[in-house]
Amino acid sequence: MRSFLLQAPAVSLLLLWMLVPLCMTLWFSFQRYNLLNPMISGFAGVDNYTYLLTDPALWTAMGNTLLLVGWVLAITVVGGTLLAVLFQQEFFGRGIARLLVIAPFFIMPTVSALIWKNMMMHPVNGVLAWLFNLFGFQAVDWFSSLPLTSIIIIVSWEWLPFALLILLTAIQSLDDDQVEAARMDGAGPIAIFWFITLPHLKRAISVVIMIEMIFLLTIFAEIFVTTSGGPGLASTNLAYLIYIRALLDFDVGGASAGGVIAIVLANIVAIFLIRTVARHLET
Amino acid sequence: MATLELNNIVKDFAGTQVIKGVDLEVKDREFVVFVGPSGCGKSTLLRMIAGLESVSSGDILIDGQRMNEVGPAERGLSMVFQSYALYPHMTVEDNMGFSLRLAKVPKAERREKVLEAARILQLENLLERKPKALSGGQRQRVAIGRAIVRNPSIFLFDEPLSNLDAALRVQMRIELARLHEELDATMIYVTHDQIEAMTMADKIVVLQGGIVEQVGSPMELYHHPRNRFVAGFIGSPKMNFIDVEVRDARSEGVSVRLPGGGEYAVPVDASGCQTGDILSLGIRPEHLVLDDAGPLEGEITVIERLGGVTSLYVQCHDEEWILVTDGEVAHRVRDSVRFGFVPTRAHLFAEDGLALSHLERHPLVDVERRQNRASTAADAS
Repeated sequence: MRSFLLQAPAVSLLLLWMLVPLCMTLWFSFQRYNLLNPMISGFAGVDNYTYLLTDPALWTAMGNTLLLVGWVLAITVVGGTLLAVLFQQEFFGRGIARLLVIAPFFIMPTVSALIWKNMMMHPVNGVLAWLFNLFGFQAVDWFSSLPLTSIIIIVSWEWLPFALLILLTAIQSLDDDQVEAARMDGAGPIAIFWFITLPHLKRAISVVIMIEMIFLLTIFAEIFVTTSGGPGLASTNLAYLIYIRALLDFDVGGASAGGVIAIVLANIVAIFLIRTVARHLET
Repeated sequence: MATLELNNIVKDFAGTQVIKGVDLEVKDREFVVFVGPSGCGKSTLLRMIAGLESVSSGDILIDGQRMNEVGPAERGLSMVFQSYALYPHMTVEDNMGFSLRLAKVPKAERREKVLEAARILQLENLLERKPKALSGGQRQRVAIGRAIVRNPSIFLFDEPLSNLDAALRVQMRIELARLHEELDATMIYVTHDQIEAMTMADKIVVLQGGIVEQVGSPMELYHHPRNRFVAGFIGSPKMNFIDVEVRDARSEGVSVRLPGGGEYAVPVDASGCQTGDILSLGIRPEHLVLDDAGPLEGEITVIERLGGVTSLYVQCHDEEWILVTDGEVAHRVRDSVRFGFVPTRAHLFAEDGLALSHLERHPLVDVERRQNRASTAADAS
């Protein structure tokens, strides 16, 4: 009983912090509440939801969210694993190389998006455009012709260091004796990677996927700074759609309904994810 | 099936020489033990034989073939690691069959070989388990099984028993010796435990600071140590050493004067020895006997009773002596005791540490290890 009392302040603070916004979001999602038209108010029933769920924009945004999360996860996990193996090897200047490769993670999303927008992917002044011209190709206007791909590239660039960092520490805990035993058993570098390193990294990879998933579902700044969700809805994800509803359309009720849907979606993903990860952590 | 020869092997690690020119010959089906204190280079030497470390200079020959540039998997060896190094995500069966799987051996044949090894090691019931679900001794047996499955010409063991508890270690020691007889393979075994070395080896290689101090059968090392280091390293508790003065050097032996005044004639080769030289006298604790008429006298400072035997630490002329005596001895601390020894059991070492060789060889020096076991002694006779 005493321990409950001692825990109470911290737990209640956390609970308030979480429950109040959640309840308010739920409450608003059932209200007619538009900042442009404060005279229309009152209980809306499920109107906000029906409107949202029948709006094709929601499904586009959901598809974009899944594409964004899926591709970034694939790129960062595969790339991070390979880079972790590379950076585990001894080579001249490894310390500095490790520092540099981890650096992008420390740049705030807005800034890195701006760097990519104005310095890398700019169709006239960008490094990529210069490279394309150098090899005789037509420069690509990334944000209008390949908007979602561009976002995926930027976000992957930001999150690859995170995956690398976690996987590199995991790879360092691999027992040297195991690798040597495998060498004695006749395993070459590829067989060692496939049969020894990769199974050893399984846990770390699940952790990377879980953490990245939580952050990638709510990507916002990169979209806001570069494409603003466009052209049309081509690079709008769920977080950005809610932003459009709430702060461009000033429809608090509709945005709240979107928020509730996002919570439900995140929880469905989380349940599946935590189950698989928990299974990996056990074995 | 396989012999091993090391010719002047040297290993440099960033400027420091850790192995300083080792020559060694291992005969077919021999059980050779590398023993020495920590950092003596015994593990490095084993890893060089395995191919896990490169050789800075010198040659490694297996069956007469130079193997310096051959990869570890192609040398036809297998190694058992101190940490077992089992693959944690594979079952026992997959662990043991991993090398065959890499060699693309068909599944049925693979299973047959794994089962055969599992039978030898009594692992049949554990094949489906993961290493985490095994006890230390079982993991050790799986590691040995993984080595057997490859059917190597030489087995290498890197301190395989040091992670086991004492009782299991005794059991595994006997099991390994049995395995050596059953498999008829050449085995090289690294340990710092001299009981393992003495009980299992056909031939012991004593290493110190990257140099081979002595190679010989266990009894040869015990009765005829080549120098003071080997004499002190083999045997427990350690050999007692005291400085003595030569009174007389004749062909029958060297007479030395003990600190208490007594004079003893030790039957060793006296050439190069002169009256007045200072030598080091070494006597093993178990060769010192309590004797009321003995030439040495001292006061007991510590008594360690093990039941069967008792160790007495005796202060005598500024030196501490250790005696191993009968467990029934009734002395108390601070008692004064007299003791002595049989001269043939004493050793003399010159100033450079080398032993003066005994005039007679001990009768047990040439006993072969297999003569110590009931299972094969019958075949030998």
